[in-house]
Amino acid sequence: MPVPHILVENIVKTFRIAQRRSGLWGAFQGVLRREYRTIKALDRVSFELAQGELVGYIGPNGAGKSTTVKVLSGILVPDSGRCEVDGRVPWRNRIANAANIGVVFGQRTQLWWDLPVIESFDLLRDIYRIGSGEYERARDELAALMDLEPLYDIPVRQLSLGQRMRCDLAAALLHAPSVLFLDEPTIGLDAVSKLAVRDFIKRLNRERGVTVVLTTHDMDDIEALCERVMVIGHGSILSDSTLDDLRARVTRERRLIIDLLDDGQAIEDPDVDFISRSGNRVHLQFDPDRVQTAALISRITAKYAIKDLYVENPPIEEIISRLYDEHELR
Amino acid sequence: MIQSFVLPYTAVLSARFRMILQYRAAAIAGFVTQIGWGAIRVMAMEAFYRSTNAPQPMNLEDVVTYVWLGQALLGLLPWNPDTEVRTMVRSGTVAYELVRPVNLYAYWFSRSLAFRIAPTLMRSIPLALLALLFFGMQPPASPEALVVWLAATLGAVLLSTALTVILTITLMWTISGEGVALLVSPVIYILAGMVIPLPLFPDWAQFALEILPFRGICDAPFRLYMGHIPITEAWTVLLHQLIWIIVLVAFGAWLLSKATRRLVIQGG
Repeated sequence: MPVPHILVENIVKTFRIAQRRSGLWGAFQGVLRREYRTIKALDRVSFELAQGELVGYIGPNGAGKSTTVKVLSGILVPDSGRCEVDGRVPWRNRIANAANIGVVFGQRTQLWWDLPVIESFDLLRDIYRIGSGEYERARDELAALMDLEPLYDIPVRQLSLGQRMRCDLAAALLHAPSVLFLDEPTIGLDAVSKLAVRDFIKRLNRERGVTVVLTTHDMDDIEALCERVMVIGHGSILSDSTLDDLRARVTRERRLIIDLLDDGQAIEDPDVDFISRSGNRVHLQFDPDRVQTAALISRITAKYAIKDLYVENPPIEEIISRLYDEHELR
Repeated sequence: MIQSFVLPYTAVLSARFRMILQYRAAAIAGFVTQIGWGAIRVMAMEAFYRSTNAPQPMNLEDVVTYVWLGQALLGLLPWNPDTEVRTMVRSGTVAYELVRPVNLYAYWFSRSLAFRIAPTLMRSIPLALLALLFFGMQPPASPEALVVWLAATLGAVLLSTALTVILTITLMWTISGEGVALLVSPVIYILAGMVIPLPLFPDWAQFALEILPFRGICDAPFRLYMGHIPITEAWTVLLHQLIWIIVLVAFGAWLLSKATRRLVIQGG
């Protein structure tokens, strides 16, 4: 068994947060006597990633995703537990670890707000002590992949969110890290930018073998990129498996969508449940363990006049939302 | 080897420098304000000297020079945390500061160094020229005085930066930093000699003023410039600065290591 590239074992991280009471009187009381509340952001989180793996890390807001990323990048020190990134303990070897990882926090930029993009890149070259030959090669390659050259001379504050995110991704990769932590890299992006970012992450992972941890709320990101998905809630890992296994574990149901030729009809079959109807389109649901998909389809097409029909998995949002419900995460 | 070691720090210093130099409007506004304030302070001092016949520890000519040096070098006073880090702490971007492969204390020291020098440099030279030509500021007492003044000004810059970094680190606890600036700035102004030249303070205060680090930022270098502290005693000023720089850097580095252990990044 090869040594895992990232090892996390029973990490616990708690925060002590001062409670603010509401209103003027509450604020006054807060001056005299502070009350603290302890929040367990991570409660014995464990997982391992192999070199070159791309894993999706999802969970509701406040579940502990960002905290995990911050522990792995050496920003936060956990209360207890073991953690190694490429053989290093992040908070003990913060500087060596930092040289080996790339981090993108989607909601914040690491570029210098008032400087043109290219000057931010040059600064990062100096901060990471990248040799000028290596730097130019890495920069030009990234620029070609994400079409960055036209943006070089624009101050960062004038970039659109999609342009900024592309530059931020490049900024995290100039020093050729072997691990990349992406904390919501597609948040707020338009469809085209999202696709560009996804495509880039995929190539980076496939072609260069960069290990990627991707946190996101966008299930399309997960579908497009991740074989493996970890779900976290209340600071614990609830599920760690392939997307297909996760789906199978939470629900076996399939969707059957039928476009009828004439709209007066109602479809009745003992093996299907009716979900919804809009005009000629009927959404049904069935359990492939109870009835074979092929048998069901031939039975229905024989009985009703049908224009078109297709079978789908329930959307990933629904799977995740059911998983959250199971664990009472609302 | 050494060049590669210091590269990140010099790079961030020069970037910050270039950024601040863009703010020309702020420099002009500061320039005008400081001339106004300088004129008021000089008039107050003149009134004070005219109202008394008792011998004073400094003559009026020296006091006027002292005031104008203070106005020119006002930007060196460590009265607030680094505004750039403050913005980063408020928005949570400070997380990125910790994923850089650099010594965070040295990194922030470089930032603060630029934060203190760049605006001062823009204002001090034209202001000093103007004061020398028209407002009664005297040139250095001697070429030797000029040399020791320059050395002490370098010490003042480092001392001020070490204090600024400590104020910046307190942002990790207070987030906003405004309270710290409000509490600290009047104390620094008074104890550095920016309100009343330190030699004019009562005798009972002199011992404490001598020991505290703040006189190394304004008072002592200014008095070297005008020869009020003789050249032969210049080494005491430089030693006093050096000791405090070492103490404050050590304290800042310790405080920062405490701060990063208890870090909460704003906004999850």
